[in-house]
Amino acid sequence: MIAVAAFYFFAFAAIASGLMVVASKNPVHSVLFLISAFIAASGLFVLMGAEYLAMLLVVVYVGAVAVLFLFVVMMLDVDFVEMKQGFLQYLPIGGAIAALVVVELIMVVFTWAFPSDADMRLAHPAPTAAETVADPNGPTNIEAIGLILYTDYIHYFQIAGVILLIAMIGAIILTFRTREGIKKQDPAKQVARRREEGVELVDIQSGQGLS
Amino acid sequence: MEQFLSDFWTFVSTRPTDSGWVGWLVPVLIQSLAIVLTLLVAQAFLMYFDRKVWAAVQMRKGPNVVGPFGLLQSFADLFKFVFKEIVIPAGVNKVVFILAPMITFILALVGWAVIPVGPGLVVSDINVGVLYLFAISSLGVYGVIMGGWASNSKYSFLGAIRSSAQMISYEVAIGFVIITVLLLVGSVNLSDIVESQNRGGGVLNWHFIPLFPMFVVFFVSALAETNRPPFDLPEAESELVAGYQVEYSSTLFLMFMIGELANIVLMCAMLTILFFGGWHSPIPWAPLETVPIFWFCAKIIFFFFLFAMVKAIVPRYRYDQLMRIGWKIFLPLSLAWVVLVAGVLILFPGVADWFQSWRS
Repeated sequence: MIAVAAFYFFAFAAIASGLMVVASKNPVHSVLFLISAFIAASGLFVLMGAEYLAMLLVVVYVGAVAVLFLFVVMMLDVDFVEMKQGFLQYLPIGGAIAALVVVELIMVVFTWAFPSDADMRLAHPAPTAAETVADPNGPTNIEAIGLILYTDYIHYFQIAGVILLIAMIGAIILTFRTREGIKKQDPAKQVARRREEGVELVDIQSGQGLS
Repeated sequence: MEQFLSDFWTFVSTRPTDSGWVGWLVPVLIQSLAIVLTLLVAQAFLMYFDRKVWAAVQMRKGPNVVGPFGLLQSFADLFKFVFKEIVIPAGVNKVVFILAPMITFILALVGWAVIPVGPGLVVSDINVGVLYLFAISSLGVYGVIMGGWASNSKYSFLGAIRSSAQMISYEVAIGFVIITVLLLVGSVNLSDIVESQNRGGGVLNWHFIPLFPMFVVFFVSALAETNRPPFDLPEAESELVAGYQVEYSSTLFLMFMIGELANIVLMCAMLTILFFGGWHSPIPWAPLETVPIFWFCAKIIFFFFLFAMVKAIVPRYRYDQLMRIGWKIFLPLSLAWVVLVAGVLILFPGVADWFQSWRS
């Protein structure tokens, strides 16, 4: 009962937020609706018994990626009135692309031979939600994913990691610049500085001052 | 009477899955209400405690007018905030403006759903407890960004960017520190993490001894994550105009304030669970173990005292130094410790068995 109600709630929330991402006029609102769609999707993951994926979706996408989106979108200085002009002239080509995608999706859905549950089980021996509930001592979500990810798919996993590393190094190299002639602080030097190097006590005779 | 009490306790302390959705919903609602109410009332006194500690360090008296010893000062403040008018400036994005403090406030309370205050005393004992806490704390940044942006003021916006950049930076270090603890425990469930620190040695088995550098990193990162001094750049009142909440007044500001305080208490609870043995007594003696909630609260209050002392003693960091500590020191250090701990656990299976002996 609660699970069904929760499913419909999350499903409708996900679809409605997805629509609002496209429909809302303010791009910041779009990103906020995108976040709400992510959270609804993670709720659906929880209902499927994939709690680890759900939490990861929130941590990675909502907690990190969407924050960067939001930063970028908030800092954009775009004149939206100007952008909205001539909006309709793209309607034919946009409509054509949308129709193409819909037709493709329909063809895919009707020709796709879905594997049966038994076949799926054979290919991926991870426990389903029902099994996890039935056997609380069985491998948890995280253990199940780890058992597959670090054995069968270890190469894909490592390749993905290397690609991310290369992307990170590339981004740093593209934006890094060394500037000449600026003064920088060296905290180690500041900490290592002793009193004797910085302070000199001078005994000044009255009425004479420092020469 | 006793029979009734024990029946009532069984009713409110269990989460039956077989007695329909009403039989599940009512106890869970009662449990949630109990923890939220306790938390909010406790926060009023923690706020008072915070101000008293701060005052004592500066040799002042602190709040001492409202009620005996000023104990009711926080409630006076509460009513002062609530009875003021909510000023919504012209040009703000109204929906987001009102939503932002609510998000901060609700997220700070929602995290408590998985905190075990005693053996079995937890609203939701989920398998991914630590990840849930981490996800909730990473959502907390939205209240800040939305509040700053919706205010439609340059100062709010700059303040929001300042504090969200700070919060994101320190989340990374916190994540790695949590991973080191998880490696020692071998489980992501918070009750398991507490149980794993009860191997018969009392305080000697708590994780802050083998992971002392990570404990320090976590404590400092928690200060930065909750925008506490010495990292209170979001509202450095003596230097900058007060961050993202400049345009907020009355109840909306109060929600930001309570949310921040609840986040601090949540961080104290995380320190207690991850490093200080949760509800277990420091001396493994059976009579002392009969008051688990006392130990849990005492540890939280101890950490809150540390937070208050840091606020009173340490001068504020400059923004570039704050970023330097987060990215250049804490991140490599915690990453190295993840590798070190994992390596030691693999190299010496005996050590791993000793740390994970709670499983048997």
